[in-house]
Amino acid sequence: MLVLLGIHAALAAVAPWASKRLGTRVFLLCGLGPLATVVWAATKAGGVIDGTPVTETWQWLPSLGLDATLRLDAFSLLMVGLVSGIGVLIFAYADAYFSMRAGLGRFAATLVGFSGAMLGLVLADNLLLLFVFWELTSITSYLLIGFEDTKPAAKAAALQALLITGTGGLALLGGSVLLGQAAGTFTLSEILASPPSGGVVPAAMLLLLAGAFTKSAQVPFHSWLPGAMAAPTPVSAYLHSATMVKAGVYLIARLSPSFAADVGFWRPLVLTVGAATMLVGGYRALRQHDLKLVLAYGTISQLGFMVVLLGVGLEGATFAGAALLVAHGAFKSTLFMVVGIVDHQAHTRDLRVLSGLGRRLKPTFVVSALAAASMAGLPPLIGFISKESAFESILDADLGGARVLVLVAIVVGSVITFAYTARFLWGAFADKGAHELGGEPIGPDVPRPGWALLGPAAVVGVLGLAMGLFPSPISPYVSEAGRALDPLLEPHKLILWHGFNTALVLSIGTFLVGSLLFFGRRQVEALQARVPALPNADDGYRFAVSGTIRTAERVTSVLQNGSLPVYLGVIMMTVLAVPGTLLLTGTRFPTEIVVADTWLQLVVAGVVAVAAVATAWSHRRFAAVIFLGGVGFGVGVLFIIQGAPDLALTQLLVETLVLVIFVLVLRHLPERFEAQRWRLGQAPRVLVASGVGVFIAAFAMVAASVRTESPVSDAHLALSVPEAQGRNVVNVILVDFRGFDTMGEIVVLTVAALGIAGLVRAARRERAVAAGRAARVERMEREAQP
Amino acid sequence: MRFRRSLVLDVGVRVTFHTVLLFSLFLLFAGHNAPGGGFIGGLVAGAAFMLRYVGGGADEVQRIEPVTPEVLLGTGVIIAVLTGMASLVFGGDFLQSGYHPQDLPLLGKVSFTSVLVFDIGVYLVVVGLVVGVLRSLGREETEGEAAPAEGGEAAT
Repeated sequence: MLVLLGIHAALAAVAPWASKRLGTRVFLLCGLGPLATVVWAATKAGGVIDGTPVTETWQWLPSLGLDATLRLDAFSLLMVGLVSGIGVLIFAYADAYFSMRAGLGRFAATLVGFSGAMLGLVLADNLLLLFVFWELTSITSYLLIGFEDTKPAAKAAALQALLITGTGGLALLGGSVLLGQAAGTFTLSEILASPPSGGVVPAAMLLLLAGAFTKSAQVPFHSWLPGAMAAPTPVSAYLHSATMVKAGVYLIARLSPSFAADVGFWRPLVLTVGAATMLVGGYRALRQHDLKLVLAYGTISQLGFMVVLLGVGLEGATFAGAALLVAHGAFKSTLFMVVGIVDHQAHTRDLRVLSGLGRRLKPTFVVSALAAASMAGLPPLIGFISKESAFESILDADLGGARVLVLVAIVVGSVITFAYTARFLWGAFADKGAHELGGEPIGPDVPRPGWALLGPAAVVGVLGLAMGLFPSPISPYVSEAGRALDPLLEPHKLILWHGFNTALVLSIGTFLVGSLLFFGRRQVEALQARVPALPNADDGYRFAVSGTIRTAERVTSVLQNGSLPVYLGVIMMTVLAVPGTLLLTGTRFPTEIVVADTWLQLVVAGVVAVAAVATAWSHRRFAAVIFLGGVGFGVGVLFIIQGAPDLALTQLLVETLVLVIFVLVLRHLPERFEAQRWRLGQAPRVLVASGVGVFIAAFAMVAASVRTESPVSDAHLALSVPEAQGRNVVNVILVDFRGFDTMGEIVVLTVAALGIAGLVRAARRERAVAAGRAARVERMEREAQP
Repeated sequence: MRFRRSLVLDVGVRVTFHTVLLFSLFLLFAGHNAPGGGFIGGLVAGAAFMLRYVGGGADEVQRIEPVTPEVLLGTGVIIAVLTGMASLVFGGDFLQSGYHPQDLPLLGKVSFTSVLVFDIGVYLVVVGLVVGVLRSLGREETEGEAAPAEGGEAAT
């Protein structure tokens, strides 16, 4: 499996280069990756559906629990079939669809990279690895959607997709870490086999669901998906039928058998979101004029359907969901490819001007009619089987009062699906009367597409019919896929004819009401126009983005206003607020305080205190520096009294040097401090400064008295001679125990010295230039005078 | 502005300069077992240069320095890093120290340690810092300002 991922990566690496020689055939080259995957999966399929998953592990970061574990079980097999099977067709289609232009090699590389990332996602058996592939699909889809990077709309759509799915990805990461910590392992199959409960698990589930909802374009995160239509059509076909958006459904399907029953909010949340998505998507699909957008909103609707079925975690629904995954992959890829063909031949996708295409492009029409019938759930297609199973499973489901609500939602959703499918087919291929055309009709004389273009769509379109008529070959795959999700399930069989039962009644009702909706489309459109607009998720997205930027600007202007006193004030008040509060509340103050060991210390301390006050008091810079030096020398003397010659020596030498450097700098500054006052006046400054002073003093006392561990200096003293052959422990610490620190410090010193030299040189040069300019002006004036 | 030099200060500083430098070297080498070390030694040497600055200004410092501060800084850092890497060559950890006791004539038993080399690096960096600061900050405003006038103007 790693080899397959490697093949995808290698193809992505060579594609930009290869496109120079191969032209659009680079897509066929890249299609070898998915093709190899399909062949490989076919060889493993027999064993996998007999119940022996293929596993591969590669040690990556074992200390983080991040092993690259890949696992092909029956559900992954189903997904691999979708991702790579449809992938092969998409690559073949892309070869015919595109004409050669700049950047196409890069595009092919991104597409095969995306395919590989999606493959990794459905094979990953480690939560963190899954996250890595998840984000890879987000990034590559960003590049794919934004391929036409000269179009602002494409760029905005790509960014929107990235922001929404990327934010969801972060939620996914958070949820994965929480879940992995709770379970003690990041291996997905182990977590699912013995799911942890309680504690942080509900929070982890909420985060994981949030990630899945954004990826699968569930309400209210669905707004990126219609925007993603800015991508070239082969990408849309791939993204919306087999890959990207199914990642979220995949994750929900994986988690639901283990967690749906135990996590209290799971079912209400998943069912509500899924049902709402199904209805909102369908409702919006009904009034689109762009064929691609009809399909896009249809995808949203179907994704909601899948989330309901696979998220509820009940027997029949899981099987129905697996069947719907297959059916949707087949019909949606066909329909998107058909839209691509229409767009390619007629150069428009507006259903208000297309007319008569059905007579002109008969084969295309037949293929799309097959796929559309499957989407609408008509017999004898695979879409019908999956929808019948869905109805049946919800009828049998043990959901209490929610059962009727869910059933109503999916039936209404299916009615709308029928209606927008009819609208799609009518919009693309029907002969329209003058009253229905919004402009000059386009259609009767468009060029016919070549078989290379239609072939891939025809393959999946016919496959949908074949799977519907003869479901027994694929039945075990779907059944085992369901059982891979939940081993407790009984094997299941897909059959076309269930007999005359409630589900069939519902289906027939769906067709009738759906037809009514379609034939009354003018009234429906008029009604939709009159209904006040629903709160639009797109507006929500825009509001969130601009709100974030506005907030950031405001925060920045408050926190980074360029005023040094404010910065220092904030830092010091934080010191007072956080550790200061802890100091006041959490610690006991030392009962015994040694004021001084000798009277000499008291004298020196008095001198230091006087010098410190005088420093703050003085108005002249020079005097302040001298007093500050007094503080420093006084502290040095205290070191001597304590018997620390090294420290004292260092302190005195540094103090001397600093004094001299201060004096050198002062020559360039005004003699007195500026009289300019702080906006808030003197009092807050004094208050904050004294507060910090008192805090530091109290902290030093408390810290020295509450020590419970033996000080590290004991170890240093004991080890100094035997370990480092040195009797001066200060030096041993500097050059041996903490040698790495010292090395860092001398680098800092070096940088500081070079920085000072550079600054001074720059300032001098500026002054020299100014002086030179002044001199020249003066000379010119002199010369100008007679 | 001309730097007014005091003869007594000048001579006094010149007399003490080498003594102070020698003392700083003593501190450097004695540092492992007695007060001192690279940092303190470097500061003392810096103080020696500072005395020369007080006596004769930035030009005096520039006149007596054998190499530029940049060279001192760079050499110091390179020595320190190489010392650290040397222990890698001998199979130890980065900056692990090694010792070599040896009987020397005149001085008796002396233990050579690799950290002394590291300390020399520290010493050079500190001296380089002080001399560099004296040279850049200590120069008078009026010096060397006329020269780039025309060229500077052309460049803007």
